[in-house]
Amino acid sequence: MAKFSKKRGKSSPAISTASLPDIIFMLLFFFMMVTVLRDSDLKLSVNTPEATQLTKLDEKSLVNYIYVGRPTQQYQAVYGTSPRIQLSDKISTVDDIPLFLEQHKVKLPEAKRSRITSSLRVDGDVTMGIVQDVKTKLRKSNQLKINYSAGKRTDELR
Amino acid sequence: MAKTKTRDRMNNEINAGSMADIAFLLLIFFLVTTTIAEDKGILVKLPPWSDEEPDITKLKERNVFSVLVNAQNQLLVREEPARIGELRERAKEFIMNPSKRPDLAEGPRNAIISLKNDRGTNYETYLAVYNELKGAYDELWDELSERRYGQPYSDEMPFAQRKAIRDEIPMVLSEAEPTNFGEEQ
Repeated sequence: MAKFSKKRGKSSPAISTASLPDIIFMLLFFFMMVTVLRDSDLKLSVNTPEATQLTKLDEKSLVNYIYVGRPTQQYQAVYGTSPRIQLSDKISTVDDIPLFLEQHKVKLPEAKRSRITSSLRVDGDVTMGIVQDVKTKLRKSNQLKINYSAGKRTDELR
Repeated sequence: MAKTKTRDRMNNEINAGSMADIAFLLLIFFLVTTTIAEDKGILVKLPPWSDEEPDITKLKERNVFSVLVNAQNQLLVREEPARIGELRERAKEFIMNPSKRPDLAEGPRNAIISLKNDRGTNYETYLAVYNELKGAYDELWDELSERRYGQPYSDEMPFAQRKAIRDEIPMVLSEAEPTNFGEEQ
C-alpha cells in the first residue's frame, strides 16, 4: 500500500509544456498573415483624416503610396516646416511623381497595370494646394485610380 | 544493464522546452517590425487630363448642385452658406427630387454635383465634403438596390445588377480647377 502511493506521488508529472511552442507558432503565423512589413520610414507626420464611405484596398502589390505632410521634428532642420511630398523613402517634389509611378509599374505584369491604385496618404492639416498639384500630376501621368487614405469615423459629424 | 536502459530512454526525447523561447523570439520580432494594414480610403477615379477647360455653360442651372469651399473652410452650396452636416441630405434631395421641385434636378441622370475648392482649403474639410457627397450617392444606391433586389448595394452583387443601378443613378461629381486666394506660403 505504502509502495503504491509512493509510486503515484513520484509519477505525478509536471505540466507538459510540449504544446506551448505550437500555441506560440499559431500566434506567430497569425501575426505574419495579418501584418505587413513597413517598407518606408516616414519623414513626414501624416495623420489621415476620418471618413465613412471607405473602400478597402485589397491587392498590396498594386498600390503605390504618396505621402503628403509636414516634416517631423527631426527633419525640420533639413526640409523646413511647410508641407512636402514623400515617395517611397525620400522627400520629393511633384516632378518626381511620373518616374516614381513608372518604377512601380515596370515591376508588375502587363495585365495588372490598369488596376494600379495610388494611395494618397495626406495629413489632415495640409492645405489643398499641394494635394491639387499631386492630383494634376497624376492626371497628366494617366494614373487615374486614386484612394484618399482615411480612417474610419465612428462619431457623428458636427 | 538496467541503468543504461533508463539512459537510453532519456536520450530518446529531444527537449522541446526551448522551442517556445525560439518561437517567442520570432513572435516578438514580427510584432515589433510590422504594422497591421489599415488600407482603407475613399476611392476616386480622376478624369483624364485635357488642356481645354470643360464647357459647363450649356448645363441647365437647376441640374447643377454647386459646392464651393473657401480658404476659411466655409461652404457655399447653391449660392448660400451651409454646414457639412446638412450636405448629404441636401444632395440626396437634389439628385432624386422626390417632390418634383422646379429648382432641383430633372432626374438623377441629369444631376451634376460640382465641387470647387480653394488652394488654401484644409484637406480635412475637403475630404469631409467629398465624403458626404459620395455618401449621398452610396445611400441612394443602397435604397434603390434594397427596393429592387432586396439587398444593399455592394461589390458582391452581380455585375449586371450593379450596372443597372449605376445607370439609373450615375455618379457625376465634377471637380473644377481650384481658385487660389488663400494658399499658405
